[in-house]
Amino acid sequence: MRMRTVAWPVALLAALAAVSAMAAAKPPAKSAMLRRGEYLVTIGGCNDCHTPWKMGPNGPANDMTRMLSGHPQDVAISEAPSQSPPWTTSASSTFTAWAGPWGVSFASNLTPDPETGLGKWTLQNFVEAMRSGRHMGRGRPILPPMPWPGIAKMTDDDLKATFTYLRSIPAISNRVPDPIPPEAASAAQSSGMQGSSTAPSGTKP
Amino acid sequence: MGDAAAARRRSLPPHGPPARLADTGLYSDFATRTIAPGNLHYSPQYPLWADGAGKSRWVFVPPGAAIDASDPDGWRFPVGTKFWKEFAWSRKVETRYLERTRDGWLYATYVWSEDGSDAVLAPSTGLLSTYEIAPGRRHFIPTVADCKNCHRGGRAEILGFGALQLSSDRDPLAPNREPLDAGMPTLTTLVRSGLVRGLPRALVEHPPRVAATTPRGRAAMGYLHANCSICHDSVGPLASQGVSLRHSLVAREQSDEPAAAAIGHPSRFRAPAVAPGESVWIGPGSPTTSMVVARMASRSQMVQMPPLGTALVDEQAVALLRAWIEQDLLPREQAK
Repeated sequence: MRMRTVAWPVALLAALAAVSAMAAAKPPAKSAMLRRGEYLVTIGGCNDCHTPWKMGPNGPANDMTRMLSGHPQDVAISEAPSQSPPWTTSASSTFTAWAGPWGVSFASNLTPDPETGLGKWTLQNFVEAMRSGRHMGRGRPILPPMPWPGIAKMTDDDLKATFTYLRSIPAISNRVPDPIPPEAASAAQSSGMQGSSTAPSGTKP
Repeated sequence: MGDAAAARRRSLPPHGPPARLADTGLYSDFATRTIAPGNLHYSPQYPLWADGAGKSRWVFVPPGAAIDASDPDGWRFPVGTKFWKEFAWSRKVETRYLERTRDGWLYATYVWSEDGSDAVLAPSTGLLSTYEIAPGRRHFIPTVADCKNCHRGGRAEILGFGALQLSSDRDPLAPNREPLDAGMPTLTTLVRSGLVRGLPRALVEHPPRVAATTPRGRAAMGYLHANCSICHDSVGPLASQGVSLRHSLVAREQSDEPAAAAIGHPSRFRAPAVAPGESVWIGPGSPTTSMVVARMASRSQMVQMPPLGTALVDEQAVALLRAWIEQDLLPREQAK
């Protein structure tokens, strides 16, 4: 009887310690805002254009090792492909570069890298960019196919959640090229200039 | 002043500006285009580039009220203050309007008819006017969002009416400079009249000027202050870029060279002809690697600076900036 009296509290303490250790091993719960931001970025399809695609065993898929880092800097594009009606728009094999009447646009780096991504942006920069369709809220126009007019209708809370999530993901250094205006994109084509467009995984487009 | 004039001067109804410029209070007699007394005609020493338009500006401050200049960089205007800015080439084309209401600044603009008989409120979504400022280029009446884009980019919403712009120490080399006509106010006369109050004594006793080592530098940095620091300053939404082109009159922010932070600062924008890693905001001795110049010299939508509001390059200013960078700013090796 005496041994059962001593063993019971010890067993309880051991069990409590085990539960505590298990809890400590789990990652901290995400805040509600972070979860909301992750949800919005997921269902909003941001990865579709801002995460490069690569060819996998089941066909094209997002290369999540480059999540939301934009058009890969090692995929050089200097001209727009020739097209004829009814075709007016083309996409690169990475799905991060788009050619159309606007020239050539490249999906930007949304990771918090300070030099090549959104690391130096403030929430105000982000909200104003989405509401105005201008870079950092007051610069050059944000080009197609970025669907900012729809995003502009998001609530302040949802934009904040989106930005909060983007600031939480791994920072990736990737310098996305500047857009190519229509006259430069077609001039390069006319002059016979060719740009290399090798997919980052080594597979040809 | 009669009842009709007083009615024109009353605050606007909360739901929006009048449909006609004639009803905003600018004119005492619209038919003769007589400006109402009490509307002060003024001219900043560093005008904003506007595709070569001739500009006329007026301000109205309600009688008995005054402008609070205790923050030299961010003057505060009383409710009821009004500003008008007329753009004209061979004829009047547009008159922009700002009114300080209890809820903040009201933005509107008025488009002149081709025969000059009337000016009506433009849609808030902007308008491509019929006036051709250059072959194939028509003047664009900005959207209200465009207005706010610039006017809310920094410390103060009113851009051309402040201590530096109205200083009696006017820059004789300022690009696109305008004459200071008789009767136009200066900072000194505004303070003496009591219309501007609270300005730090040092600025009253020594009218401000852009600090520079050469007259050309003064003009160049004054131009950058007026045309670029609207957005590129150390306190507004773009402060995170780490570059200010503003000549601050607040002692804690002032530097010997207002654009010092831009000199040698790496630029994320790169001109195609410039090797990677060589693009900087302002490159001493090197206009070709200076992205400030490259972007000023372009009107491509993706490249131009400022990003909106103009369709033509300010050739005079570009030449000034090139000369300043090439001849007045020494590369680091030479400076040592």
